[in-house]
Amino acid sequence: MAITEVKFGDRLLTSKEFLAEGHNFCIGCGEPMAIRMVLKTLGENVIMAMATGCDEVTTTPLPYTSWRIPWMHTLFENTAAEISGVEAGLKILMKKGRIPERRITCIAMAGDGGTSDIGLQALSGALERGHDFVYICLDNEAYMNTGIQRSSSTPYGASTTTAPAGKMSMGQITRKKNIVAIAAAHGIPYVATASPSYHFDLMRKVRKAADTKGPAYVHILTPCPTGWRCGGDITVQIGQLAVQTGVFPLYEIEHGRYRLNADPPRLKPIEEYLKLQGRYRHLTDDHVARIQEMVNEDYAGLKEKAACFPVEAKE
Amino acid sequence: MTDKLTWKDMEVGNIVKEAGNACFRRTGDWRTERPILDKDKCIKCALCWLYCPDASIKPGEDGYYEADLYYCKGCAICARICPVEAISMTEEEER
Repeated sequence: MAITEVKFGDRLLTSKEFLAEGHNFCIGCGEPMAIRMVLKTLGENVIMAMATGCDEVTTTPLPYTSWRIPWMHTLFENTAAEISGVEAGLKILMKKGRIPERRITCIAMAGDGGTSDIGLQALSGALERGHDFVYICLDNEAYMNTGIQRSSSTPYGASTTTAPAGKMSMGQITRKKNIVAIAAAHGIPYVATASPSYHFDLMRKVRKAADTKGPAYVHILTPCPTGWRCGGDITVQIGQLAVQTGVFPLYEIEHGRYRLNADPPRLKPIEEYLKLQGRYRHLTDDHVARIQEMVNEDYAGLKEKAACFPVEAKE
Repeated sequence: MTDKLTWKDMEVGNIVKEAGNACFRRTGDWRTERPILDKDKCIKCALCWLYCPDASIKPGEDGYYEADLYYCKGCAICARICPVEAISMTEEEER
């Protein structure tokens, strides 16, 4: 008898793989981890539109596909627009009785380039129109698929092939675009950040996003061993350090109410996170101090926002 | 499917009709190190199963989680995530 469910913590997860084995993701990539967790949470009643990017290129080398769910490849620009059409189409087909009424989760998935650079306009439109879908951004902080070019999501100080570190340059000189705040500024019901290194948190947030009526945005940090120049075996540890140092705080915004999900009493020094990655190898002490300052600033701002909305006690 | 597929063999519009047929692809030959499970130490927590990026670790009949070496790329994430260090990595021998 084949095993169909695995007891994991206090929940049962399906042992079915909706992202089939045999994909081309780099050794130790964080993206398939996140995708598997998302799909195991939502099950098979999903339709996914995916922008070009690492996740699309590696899972569908013609004539093969890794997807066992309805899946569409879209351009960089129109992931959110396409899933809007899917959602509207499903709605009208169910209304006319062509397909049976049931809950189908529409997911749009894109990388950081497809979200914060190229697909921003379509995303903004779809969030504003209020379609019932979940937008998931797999953020690996550069265009890794085409050879580590900088995106607007690349953090300050990181070296990429189009913002290389050298005698005259310290790599990326701009700050990371806060796309989570941009999504939240649309006044949508649910916005969250998650990391595959914190699996229960990620699965809870994805579930919540899918159950939310209206648009939901989930931002997932997926470490990239190739682009971040780190070992493939420490992906999970780097994801944990990103949260523990405050670089990537885990929080959710429900109808404008901020809540920090992981709030360590003391943040770890930023060096612990930076020294594991080759893309930060060139940084001097001054740069590190500057990054620490920025992280502290951002984290304090976030804490301030979260403090406005005290967590209600569980009944 | 063979590697000598040309465009004439494809469906119109390059449609792939078989969902998940990437599971016929062998990615195990990327590997330089192989995970070995010590069943005496294993507590069956399933963390390695959840975290394996290649979905190569499968729940077995006996409740243990072992890597399918046809797909395992040898990233050693399972060895790092294991709370009781039941998984160790050994060099892949020449064949």
